[in-house]
Amino acid sequence: MKRKYLSYAFRQTIPVMVGYIFLGTAYGILMQTSGYSILWALAMSIFVYAGSLQYASIPMLAASVHPMYAFLMALMINARHLFYGISMLGKYQGTGWKKPYLIFGLTDETFSVVCDLKVPNQMSEDKLFFLITFFNQCYWVLGTLLGCVAGSLITFNSTGLDFALTALFVVIFTGQWMEQKNHTPALTGVLASLLCLRIFGPDTFIIPSMVLIMLALIVGYYIEHKKDEQHSSKEQASSIEKISSVTDEMITEQEVQLHDK
Amino acid sequence: MTNSIWILLALVAGTLITRFLPFVLFPAGKDTPKFITYLGSKLPYASMGLLVVYCLKGVHITTGSHGLPELIAMIVTAGLHVWKKNVLISISAGTVVYMLLVQMVF
Repeated sequence: MKRKYLSYAFRQTIPVMVGYIFLGTAYGILMQTSGYSILWALAMSIFVYAGSLQYASIPMLAASVHPMYAFLMALMINARHLFYGISMLGKYQGTGWKKPYLIFGLTDETFSVVCDLKVPNQMSEDKLFFLITFFNQCYWVLGTLLGCVAGSLITFNSTGLDFALTALFVVIFTGQWMEQKNHTPALTGVLASLLCLRIFGPDTFIIPSMVLIMLALIVGYYIEHKKDEQHSSKEQASSIEKISSVTDEMITEQEVQLHDK
Repeated sequence: MTNSIWILLALVAGTLITRFLPFVLFPAGKDTPKFITYLGSKLPYASMGLLVVYCLKGVHITTGSHGLPELIAMIVTAGLHVWKKNVLISISAGTVVYMLLVQMVF
């Protein structure tokens, strides 16, 4: 029984394993070459556990920035997690004691696995959610460890290694694009972000982009809702007509009856 | 070193807030507003687009290598993924191509 869960959850996470060990190793190497010990890198991967923020925090640590700045950067870079949380509200309902860890471990990649997970018959959803989340963090920590060890053993030109992160998101984006018929949300994300990047510049564009995406989705929701409303009001109108025609008939019947009397 | 610990804690706090906030605002017992449910179905795709752009924010089209290494490596990554649908091949090939381009060509 346990084994069935372990093997099913593991199979779902193989793509993430590949990506995370690769990216975690790159992170470990970057931390190592910036002069941070294994403990620092591991602490980051265990307690922060947010890939892009961890990459962005390397120069922050090196420059010893104010913690408040680090906090605001964490909010800004990870603000997109709000979007994932909103997407998982329903699925993570009733997961009991596992819920806090599921939410803690809701990274981009974990999200991409759990959001369209097919749960086999007689298997409980929350056990799979938990194992998938846990496995993924193990890969990330393991990769970090590997990078720290490999980084101190071999020295090579690692310029451009951080592109692995970009490549991972391009892969997820491409995968979603192929699965979805409606490309409007994906295009909205890209175009709104590009526009805000152009207007606000690279340091401050994330929050405006999120606002713009939300506005676009509000418009989308309004349009879809309007259609529904029109549909239901047409139905209402036709049912009112029916009722009135029925009452008309009844009235004429009564009139006929009265007339007969 | 002490400041590094404070930075670590600040990063943990910031990340926890972004991950827990939706669940705190819309608790399990109560009905989630219809609009929030709608957002939940569309946001995954929009936010992945945002992420890709986020990764490219440091690229300058007018100066340096004009973003060509990024463009080529992204085409290789996406193209391989459409073709092979193998995450390992797509990510590693894209990254190796990018490393070769920035280290040897541009």
